[in-house]
Amino acid sequence: MKRKKALRKPAKKVKKKLTKSPMKRPKRRLTKKPVRKPTKKPAKKPMRKPTRKPKLERRIRREPEARKPKPIRYEARRPEIRVVEKRVSGKNDVYFNGRVVGEIKNPVEFVENLRKKRRMGLISQQMNVAYHPEFGEVRVNTSHGRTRRPLIIVENGKPKLTDKILKKLNKDEINWSYLTQHGIIEYLDAEEEENTYIALKPEDLGKEHTHLEIDPITILGTSAALIPYPEYNRGDRINYGAKMVGQAIGLMASNFPVRADTKFNILSYPQAPLVRTNISDILDEYPEGQNVVVAIMCHDGYNLNDATVINKSSVERGLFRSIYFRTYETIKKKYWGGQEDEIRVPEPGIKGYLGEEAYMDIGADGITNPETRVVSDSVLIGKVSPLRFLSAEDFAADIENRRETSVTVRYGEEGIVDDILISETVDSDQLIKVRIRDQRILEIGDKLASRHGQKGVISLLVPHEDMPFTAEGNVPDLIFNPHAIPSRMTIGQLLELLAGKMGALAGKSMDASAFNHVREDEIRKAMKSMGFRDDGKQVLYDGNKGTKYEVMIFTGLAYYMKLDHMVSDKIHARSRGPVTLLTKQPTEGRAKRGGLRLGEMEQQCLIGHGAVLTLKERFDSDKTMIPICTKCGLVAIRDIAKNKSYCAVCKDSEIVWVETSYAFKLTLDELKSMGIYPKLGTKEV
Amino acid sequence: MNTLPLKVRKELDDYFTQHRASEEKKKEILDIVKTLYAKSSYDPEEPVGVVAAQSLSEPATQMTMRTYHFAGTAGIQVTLGLPRMLEIFDARREPRTPTMSVYMEKDHQSIESVRKIASSVREVKAKDVIISTTTDLTEVQIRCKLDMKKLAGLDMDPQKVSKCIRLRNTETLVEGDYLIVRPKKVDLKNLHKLKYSLLESHIKGIRGISQVVVTKEGGEWIITTLGSNLKKVYEIEGVDYTRTVGNNMFEVLDVLGVEAARNVIIKQAKYTMEEQGLGVDVRYIMLLADLMTVRGNIRAIGRYGISGQKASVLVRASFEETKKHLTNAAIRGEKDDMKGTIENIMMNQVAPIGTGAFTLIGRIPGLAGKREKKEKPRRAAKPKKTKKPKKPAKPKKTKPKKAKKPRKKK
Repeated sequence: MKRKKALRKPAKKVKKKLTKSPMKRPKRRLTKKPVRKPTKKPAKKPMRKPTRKPKLERRIRREPEARKPKPIRYEARRPEIRVVEKRVSGKNDVYFNGRVVGEIKNPVEFVENLRKKRRMGLISQQMNVAYHPEFGEVRVNTSHGRTRRPLIIVENGKPKLTDKILKKLNKDEINWSYLTQHGIIEYLDAEEEENTYIALKPEDLGKEHTHLEIDPITILGTSAALIPYPEYNRGDRINYGAKMVGQAIGLMASNFPVRADTKFNILSYPQAPLVRTNISDILDEYPEGQNVVVAIMCHDGYNLNDATVINKSSVERGLFRSIYFRTYETIKKKYWGGQEDEIRVPEPGIKGYLGEEAYMDIGADGITNPETRVVSDSVLIGKVSPLRFLSAEDFAADIENRRETSVTVRYGEEGIVDDILISETVDSDQLIKVRIRDQRILEIGDKLASRHGQKGVISLLVPHEDMPFTAEGNVPDLIFNPHAIPSRMTIGQLLELLAGKMGALAGKSMDASAFNHVREDEIRKAMKSMGFRDDGKQVLYDGNKGTKYEVMIFTGLAYYMKLDHMVSDKIHARSRGPVTLLTKQPTEGRAKRGGLRLGEMEQQCLIGHGAVLTLKERFDSDKTMIPICTKCGLVAIRDIAKNKSYCAVCKDSEIVWVETSYAFKLTLDELKSMGIYPKLGTKEV
Repeated sequence: MNTLPLKVRKELDDYFTQHRASEEKKKEILDIVKTLYAKSSYDPEEPVGVVAAQSLSEPATQMTMRTYHFAGTAGIQVTLGLPRMLEIFDARREPRTPTMSVYMEKDHQSIESVRKIASSVREVKAKDVIISTTTDLTEVQIRCKLDMKKLAGLDMDPQKVSKCIRLRNTETLVEGDYLIVRPKKVDLKNLHKLKYSLLESHIKGIRGISQVVVTKEGGEWIITTLGSNLKKVYEIEGVDYTRTVGNNMFEVLDVLGVEAARNVIIKQAKYTMEEQGLGVDVRYIMLLADLMTVRGNIRAIGRYGISGQKASVLVRASFEETKKHLTNAAIRGEKDDMKGTIENIMMNQVAPIGTGAFTLIGRIPGLAGKREKKEKPRRAAKPKKTKKPKKPAKPKKTKPKKAKKPRKKK
């Protein structure tokens, strides 16, 4: 509809042709096709009339079904021949949304014309054309699913976005849609971009340029645009940095108290960055870190290899404190035959009863109460379900046919019941959601990162009084190892520290947007005028001895992020625990209280040391005693009731007990299922 | 003295003479060396194979995938790095880039004679001496203009060239500078094909040697070739056949025998590793090369080589092609002796290596009632029995001939 309106203004003729064609024609075709057949010819004639001057643009604006494209001459021929002929004829195929709609002799002119009309508003803004001289193809696209981006149009080396227009824009006299509708800014898709020459900055503009970036920062994505001074870093560091911004714990949504996401983290005291980019203005509502005072120095080797030393008192003041939310849910299902789940406290004796202690946290209604402290395996919602298969006799015998299906807190997690939501599913079953909240205070093993791809794990929390300090008594929050700088060449981080320091001293935030920010010499000047060294270095004193460090230490402020990799989510150990049913070997993974695998390479290592007895002991996790018939060599039977073992095949043969891995016994069974007779010979040791 | 290897003994002798050591001192030093030597050797039952495997494969993981490298100053492209390593240990018939280093005898060391030999070694194909060809469709023949200068340089003339060209069902004529090849039967269709086989015809030199480079190495001229043909090269006068080798181990196996092939494997593997800046003790590579060549031919590491020919069914089945090995073992009624490491680990038994390799030989009579065989792996806790799985034939068809294995049952 919008498109039509735009058309109406300039040229009436075009409008008519357009309105006539796209919408109605295909419908008629589809519905009345068989009836129309005889009348087709007369109907064609009036249609011919406008075709007198065949313009491709017109055809393009139609849906391809609107008119059958002319059969292409070369269609059935071999492709090589086609290419040759095309070269001779000098014609280029025109594609509309991936379909051939015709051919054209002067593609450049045609494409220019289309673009001109789009800028004038005669054709939809959403149309993109691209000319591929190497294939001799013109492609026109109006379909959905193309990623497009806005660019300032440039003509004769001059951007259409002039100062005059900018002034108007600043005064709110015009808005974005004005710019797009008046041919100042247009959206390009990936294909059309191939035909352009885009200047990054206005200063770069030359005669050949066709477009200008709105801002140089648009070459970066959202996360990468958050990185301060990116052009001072190596490219890969920007990548890592952008990735880690995505893992940062922040304020992911301001309505989080009423949300029921499966799990999410919220930073308790989020801050807006002190050193910011122009994207930060938009994302200030969703901060993802805190500004910390950083000293670049070693600390007794505790920050070796990307380890990070943190001021314990800063943590106690709430630095990088976060809250972890997890929502558990269950549905009270109805089953065939009138049976349904029950939400209640399961009574002892029910199948799968978890023991009295597990049900301590639920109320009489079978659901926990808000602000209850819960730990791993405690029941949040007590639920009892009918057993799946119940025969008629069982039913008649009124057998206990219930099974415990309560929702319990996951292994390794705990917290406080935050909120409870009771609702209904689309099938009108009762839906219960319980959200658990757990405060996560920064601890050793948590992961922190700056925005420059410099991540590290906390290795030590140092009390305030033991931290290095300045003459004024200032103490850093974080000690960053200088060895992380030279090989990674994140100069942007150093600049951020300096700019952050200046910003903190001057009481203002600093602009560090890509390619266009406060310059280093300006920062240095400002630092000097405030009585600080312009290189950011300061005299620091040893927190333990009180002596002056022999060198000055580079200090500053940086925006740090707490990443979503916390030790408390990962710590795991096991001595004994569950095994899998099939192999009787330990389960895998923390969530299943699994064991830590002694893998093939570790096995080779033990062999290499000749430590065979150790090896055997390590692989003992599934050892079993199996009875073997000495006559037929198969696994025999042990009858516990009669307390005797016998071979099912040979009856009264001698049975010998042997120790093996259960997995081997399983292998024997599998061999038997293949039709192979694995005969075991035994020998006394 | 006998316990020490020759090289160490020589070193010691040199040292003694150099320092004019007294007999007493000699004995003292000798004792120390002997103990040190004994200490540095492997213990009995130490799993050298695993140690070798780890020592080789750890640096091998560091190897980059970079394929080509220029070996030598004049630049012959030789496959190196991981691809070459795979070539060696997979025992590929034909290396991707076969090469030879041809050494000269003492009296053929002058650069002129080396050059001469080098040029005689290089294969000259028809296309090297033909300037242009014309496919004459009316006469059904191919006319080739010969490069007379080149021919003169090669000590050839058109007549000789025409004799060299031996193509099936064709006749070759010489007409001044031109060489005319025509099929005996009029065959327009294959004329084009004929042209290509004509151009590829061998004229002079040794077949397969496409590049020759003369370089100086350690004060003497050597010829490095791309493509190898040891037999032919050894026949050339002036070539020192005691030192000339190639990198194609199968060719060396054919011409010189297994021992030489083993040395090629060692040399090539060592060279490939070192070229990548990875140091590996030769003895690990030697062990591997020994394993590859013990049977008198070259066996690959892997499915169709060593791993696929192991004695134990269980080990083979656990490696690759499980079903194939299991069914074949069942058909043949194979017996597993449980003497290897992996079999025993699979059954959670003590493997006969390292600490598990030793058994009690005797048993005090009267303590245990039953007599038994000598071999008993030492066991802890509740030792019961080791067993040998045997896979006799499928029950149904092979029933009549089902071989009963003599089983030890007290």
